[in-house]
Amino acid sequence: MALLDMTATELAAAIKEGKTTAVDALNEVFERIEAKEDTYHCYVTIDKEGALKQAEAVQRQIESGELSGALAGVPVAIKDNMCIKGMLTTCSSKILGNFVPTYSAEAVINLQKAGAVIIGKTNMDEFAMGSTTETSAFGATKNPWNTDCVPGGSSGGSAAAIAAGECFYALGSDTGGSIRQPAAYCGIVGMKPTYGLVSRYGLIAYGSSLDQIGPMSQDVTDCAAILQTIASHDAKDSTSVSTQDTDYMSALEEDVKGLRIGIPKDYFGEGLDEDVKSAVLHASEILREKGAIVEEFNLSLVDYAIPTYYTIAAAEASSNLERFDGIKYGYRTKDFNGLHNMYKKTRSEGFGEEVKRRIMLGSFVLSSGYYDAYYLKALKVKALIKKAFDDAFSKYDIILGPVAPTTAPQLGSSLSDPIKMYLGDIYTIAVNLAGLPAISLPCGKDRNGLPIGLQLIGDCFTEKKLLRTAYTYEKARGAFGKAMEQTGKAAALPEKEGM
Amino acid sequence: MGKEYETVIGLEVHVELATKTKIFCGCSTEFGKEPNSHTCPVCTGMPGSLPVLNRQVLEYAIAVGLATNCDITRYGKFDRKNYFYPDNPQNYQISQLYLPICRNGGVEIETKEGGKKTVGIHEIHMEEDAGKLIHDEWEDCTLVDYNRSGVPLIEIVSEPDMRSAEEVIAYLEKLRLIIQYLGASDCKLQEGSMRADVNLSVREAGSQEFGTRTEMKNLNSFKAITRAIEGEKERQIDLLEEGRKVIQETRRWDDAKGESYAMRSKEDAQDYRYFPDPDLVPIVVSDEMLDEIRAKQPEFRTEKMKRYKEEYNIPDYDIEIITGEKRMADIFEETVAVCNQPKKVSNWLMGETLRLMKEKEVDAADLRFSPENLAKLIELNDTGVINNTVAKEVFEVMFDSDVSPEKYVEEHGLKSVNDEGALRKTIEAVIAENPQSVEDYRSGKEKAIGFLVGQTMKAMKGKADPAMVNKILKELL
Repeated sequence: MALLDMTATELAAAIKEGKTTAVDALNEVFERIEAKEDTYHCYVTIDKEGALKQAEAVQRQIESGELSGALAGVPVAIKDNMCIKGMLTTCSSKILGNFVPTYSAEAVINLQKAGAVIIGKTNMDEFAMGSTTETSAFGATKNPWNTDCVPGGSSGGSAAAIAAGECFYALGSDTGGSIRQPAAYCGIVGMKPTYGLVSRYGLIAYGSSLDQIGPMSQDVTDCAAILQTIASHDAKDSTSVSTQDTDYMSALEEDVKGLRIGIPKDYFGEGLDEDVKSAVLHASEILREKGAIVEEFNLSLVDYAIPTYYTIAAAEASSNLERFDGIKYGYRTKDFNGLHNMYKKTRSEGFGEEVKRRIMLGSFVLSSGYYDAYYLKALKVKALIKKAFDDAFSKYDIILGPVAPTTAPQLGSSLSDPIKMYLGDIYTIAVNLAGLPAISLPCGKDRNGLPIGLQLIGDCFTEKKLLRTAYTYEKARGAFGKAMEQTGKAAALPEKEGM
Repeated sequence: MGKEYETVIGLEVHVELATKTKIFCGCSTEFGKEPNSHTCPVCTGMPGSLPVLNRQVLEYAIAVGLATNCDITRYGKFDRKNYFYPDNPQNYQISQLYLPICRNGGVEIETKEGGKKTVGIHEIHMEEDAGKLIHDEWEDCTLVDYNRSGVPLIEIVSEPDMRSAEEVIAYLEKLRLIIQYLGASDCKLQEGSMRADVNLSVREAGSQEFGTRTEMKNLNSFKAITRAIEGEKERQIDLLEEGRKVIQETRRWDDAKGESYAMRSKEDAQDYRYFPDPDLVPIVVSDEMLDEIRAKQPEFRTEKMKRYKEEYNIPDYDIEIITGEKRMADIFEETVAVCNQPKKVSNWLMGETLRLMKEKEVDAADLRFSPENLAKLIELNDTGVINNTVAKEVFEVMFDSDVSPEKYVEEHGLKSVNDEGALRKTIEAVIAENPQSVEDYRSGKEKAIGFLVGQTMKAMKGKADPAMVNKILKELL
């Protein structure tokens, strides 16, 4: 088996058994990066030298028996909104184009302790605001399944890097679907854990009450191993939870007998692509065959999720991004006249269009006279959405549906119509509003050969149940195949509109 | 005849809490260190850093709230106050707007007329202090020191219940003592650990409506507060008398010039876009926590004054002064506990201590000598090892550097000479050298003996017991 065909946990096992080494695996990844990175542009920063040193050190620790975890020695890619000490961390923004943190994100530290070899930082939508990775200040990432298409976003670089074999696994962050949607578009597995399960310390905030770091991987087994490694209580994050049983690998069993699965009818209405719909419903059939009890129900309030999300996330973002002012770090405008003008020019030049749009939206909904009508109302709707899920979970163990209404759109087709782009988040954002865990995994391909994602949503802290269900489905589905096996374009895309 | 006016005053008092570490990170709150040496990613607003509440801040805020008869908010939150300024590294201050920790309290003050009145407390909230901007004239640039960024503050907002500068000072004194007694802050106005902003309006006597108020900032002493209140009252009355309007604005007091100037008007007021800080979990105050803090509340001044009267039998005036500073009261009680001589301890505090504090401009909070050493000094003096003059000399050294009086007396050879033979010899010599004074004394000028005592003490380098000198002199004369 070629090294790059292995999953992260398979590779760790091979290294442990002495069949290969962390250094050899890393060199293979770099070869792949050299061959493909120019085409896909998954990374903002690649730290070849640092990674090699790390790989050598980790290899020694593995050989001496100090390290033996399920991910020891495996090369990983980190989304560029997570701080790593001494490594450029930009959030794919000009305003942080020169920012090198003096500290590392807690999730990254957890990975390093487990023997991870960090390749570099992956491209993303600027400050995680976007669904396509096209709002990056450093250029768009391309979907390895079809380079005319976006990889999704905002963790598009992480998803594409896994699909392209430019890393074995990655970390992403999910505020409204930013792990799950690119995972779906790139045919990989991505999980957004329960809010508070993974420390947010060192994750550069977008919407603090919604942000959550999570695993992105080749399969469900890897996903469980990564989650097990990064989940921890962190005294530096007030919203981090303690006392959770994090032995997620133990949940990997093929068993859904008697499991109650609810399919929200409201997720299968207008706007859902037919191919996506049939692939997702087919997945539910497979789970039914495996012994799950599957039925339809009305989740309600689905239409309110998008305005609620864009009010709360933008409000928090407008405040979170105030610290980028040219005073302490990051970009500062060249010529300015006084403090106010420095702020204005620095921020006008440093932020991209989508970020500015959300800062303005957020500032507006928090401003006096509008606070009650927008922000406070959004918080109330958020509570109602949580309640709708609570009701659903009193009847079902798992909620099953699509991740996104369509497969990956073509590059350049989304940004011109932000409202349409925002509507693409309809199935993912309610999960963040309710703080729930959810996993996205491949369940088929559309007529053009692009991957389709299946979303499974669980109640708070039921990651084990979620992983067990996903694992059972994955085993029944069989191998999904990899983007890098594709030669050139998967299939001819329909003619672009207007051409 | 001119109209009669009533002044209406409310205060916003900021108090820096005496915690060892900052409100949302583990950095030290120590004052006066090298710029930016007490900083971390949290208090410098680095991307990805997160605040975690220092529990001691919450406990102090609740303790102050309980001592000022407030309702304690059992489910509270922190809010972000958004504004851009370089001393504020996140460009938002974490404060409390919607659910402050304490509400609806009040303290009783004594009025000029000798009566009592309650000044209501609208709310007390917790917040973080900002850093400090330092303008470098030489390089023509502004530098930021974030050592103070994140130092915990409480803001105590009163109701507009005060009517004169005297009432304001009485209210501030009351707050200062309560907070000092709690150990929650040293409350020094000059050093900024207690800051008061004065909201003042005037209205015609008897009117029920409030006038337009102004807010006065930069008041660094009780004197400045009094002067600023008088000045602002007159300014507003003058405006009204001239048929003009008071503008709602923030003014800055210049104590050197004795006048204020407008900083910003209400029209310039920023929209702070307050909203609950999503990085901090709600503050839940349990019954257990409240009970625990209540149990730890110290004896406050009123109770202490009552107890001193009963237990120590010292003058009311002494009690008033000693209990007027927490540190004084502590020294008093601890010294008495060692030597059991309340009157003598009180005398040392009321006499030499107050004198030296004034002379050397030392705050009571900064008194350094230990109760043990004061007790020892009293014992040395009582047993005649040192005389009063030497005792005062030793005390001054103790006041500066808390030396052990025993050791100091020993090292400097200050023990009284009680060897009568040696003393007698010296006195004989003094008598021989000063025939005029001897003559004066013998001719009935009793005062002349004072000069001879002085000469003897001088010859003995102050180490003789004056009583014994007197006795021998009289014998020999």
